[in-house]
Amino acid sequence: MEMVNVIIDGVSVQVEKGSTILQAAQKAGINIPTLCYLKDVNQIGACRVCLVEVKGAKALQPSCVYPVSEGLEVMTNTAKVREARKGVVELLLSNHPADCLNCVRSGNCELQNLAHQMGIRKNRFSGEQSTFPIDERSAAIVRDPNKCVYCRRCEAVCSKVQGVSILGGIGRGFNSTVGPAFGHALDDINCSLCGQCINVCPVGALTEKDDTQKVWDALADDSKHVVVQFSPAVRVAISEEFGLPAGTISTGKLVAALRRMGFNKVFDTNWSADLTIMEEGNELLHRLQNGGTLPMITSCSPGWVKYCENHFPGELDHLSSAKSPQQMFGAMVKTYYPQTDGLNAADIYSVSIMPCTAKKFEAARPEMNSSGYQDVDAVITVREIARMIKQAGIDFANLPDEECDAPMGVGTGAATIFGTTGGVMEAALRTVYEVVVGKELPKLELEEVRGTMGEIKEATIDLNGTPVKVAVVNTLARAKEIMKQVEAGTADYTFIEIMACPNGCVGGGGTPIVDALTRTLMDEDYRALRAKGLYNDDANLPIRKSHENPFIKAAYENFLGEPLGHKAHELLHTHYTPRKKYNTECDK
Amino acid sequence: MACTCGGHNEALFAQLDEVIEQHKDMRGSLISVLHKAQGIFGYLPEEVQAYIAEKMDVPLSEIYGVVTFYALFTMKKKGKYTFNVCLGTACYVKGSGKLLDKLQEELGIGVGETTEDGLFTIEACRCVGACGLAPVVTVNDKVHGHLKPEDITKMIADIRAAEQN
Repeated sequence: MEMVNVIIDGVSVQVEKGSTILQAAQKAGINIPTLCYLKDVNQIGACRVCLVEVKGAKALQPSCVYPVSEGLEVMTNTAKVREARKGVVELLLSNHPADCLNCVRSGNCELQNLAHQMGIRKNRFSGEQSTFPIDERSAAIVRDPNKCVYCRRCEAVCSKVQGVSILGGIGRGFNSTVGPAFGHALDDINCSLCGQCINVCPVGALTEKDDTQKVWDALADDSKHVVVQFSPAVRVAISEEFGLPAGTISTGKLVAALRRMGFNKVFDTNWSADLTIMEEGNELLHRLQNGGTLPMITSCSPGWVKYCENHFPGELDHLSSAKSPQQMFGAMVKTYYPQTDGLNAADIYSVSIMPCTAKKFEAARPEMNSSGYQDVDAVITVREIARMIKQAGIDFANLPDEECDAPMGVGTGAATIFGTTGGVMEAALRTVYEVVVGKELPKLELEEVRGTMGEIKEATIDLNGTPVKVAVVNTLARAKEIMKQVEAGTADYTFIEIMACPNGCVGGGGTPIVDALTRTLMDEDYRALRAKGLYNDDANLPIRKSHENPFIKAAYENFLGEPLGHKAHELLHTHYTPRKKYNTECDK
Repeated sequence: MACTCGGHNEALFAQLDEVIEQHKDMRGSLISVLHKAQGIFGYLPEEVQAYIAEKMDVPLSEIYGVVTFYALFTMKKKGKYTFNVCLGTACYVKGSGKLLDKLQEELGIGVGETTEDGLFTIEACRCVGACGLAPVVTVNDKVHGHLKPEDITKMIADIRAAEQN
């Protein structure tokens, strides 16, 4: 790699040719402020917050897109630079609602940080304020264009990482905004509701639909028996909300916190993830033995499912009919659980904690009421439960570890890795292999399917002489590639795992927001660290195969009967809805 | 919003297909295609934008972004006769403002609007490069110069009379 010498604020550094000034400055120990820049996602030099003085250049230059060259001399902290950056931020603030106190991103807002860092105590500029309608129609995402700072990070993640491209720059001048075509609500279009846009929004323009009050109300209602489940990725993602390093497993502390908040029973989605493996694994075998539609594709990720419904409505037969762990749990907690505990299903209020915004949409799907009630009453993201725990004054990091309640609170290592890309595949194969071959996989850890962001992994497993080729995909952009093969009939796989979000659920749209600077400075991607945490959790759990979970065996023996049986079919399987990709006024 | 595309006109979409075919593999041809599509349909309704998005494999959000960025593009259906009043400096000092007032008064619509019978649209622009003829109004592509407000009344009456026959 060719290196070049540059001088940043009088300090000589050697950096790779092709680096930007922003990167070179980091090497010199200087973090140039940024707003539209987001490592690996958005580098467009649009916001002008990262302006620097380049010796010999007439105008100030945006450091995030300016490539260094040999001998380049840069000043990042002159009066001219400070004044220009401050002016840029002041102009943004002049058309930004001054309601930080009421904003969910207060304390975790890149614009607020910039204003603070630049010492803006009073704004020199005042003028017209945008008055765009707020889109809060969908069950998952709220979009407030009045808070938008036009950084276009949401547009970049939606198009480049997810390949969905529903967000784009609209209009010009004062009336410009970033949003879906024709001013549609996210609910009306081919948005997967994955929430990646929220994770990259520097401000409060894109946020999850806040359902915390629903949960507080249920907890305060003595007539309700409030139960809670939390998904595999939640046990690791929650740690960062309380200052613990990315990748820390906090299952025990989370259980303790939930109990202190007043939940009547604290259960674990890992239990129903094991149940999912039993149903989905058997479905795969059934399809193999009966000439069913192959490749079969996982259906745990509701963002992926909605994407498939919108973009590949003709391929829905490929989706496993098995419900996601959240929805299996929901159906079981209002049918099986009351039987074991002498409760009335009507009194049960079921709360789900997810790393995901699309899970809110999934729970609200009209068909998700096979218990006779809405199976899951409220879905809150990791960010929302963290806010509730903070509101309750619970000192999370110093809580003792506690265990979940029976009978739906024990999961295996196979279940815990559902939270990362490749996990469902690995978990399914641990069980399927053993069912077919009659012995344990030679090695439980299927390293071949453990991928990173945007990677497509492949493996071939020998099932008693039948080679089973599998693929694992994360991000919707990569899902689109695989689906084009499926559509064309050229995908020679038997089983495909698709997760909508980068790295799977650990990178979900409902996980803690990691700001641009932290992303840049971390040695390892925070999502990869969270995944490592889950793999460690798996390795440390006493049972690592779904079919060996005694509480799953009990559920089949005492209630469900056989996997894919009549009751299982009724409660644990679902169907999908073809949806349109575009929705124009001609369709109405 | 009710559909304004006037029904799926196969003949127009066939013309659009031809345009898309010509530009298919050219990078940066979206604006040309949109320009020609507007020539075919008279405007760019949602259905046409979605059609182009699908055929050219360009995100609909990007197309809508381009359509809303450039003043040249319109998503509103225009009347059979578009009166474009030049408000450039020369025309303005020669009284084109009064021509515009007269037009709005006669037709009962504002700038950018179309009469209910679908006959007339009023637009305003900055200089058509015919300053020697100031004040100027174009009707569709025809330039009319040295106009007085009473000429506007006559032009509208003539069109109405011609349309009735």
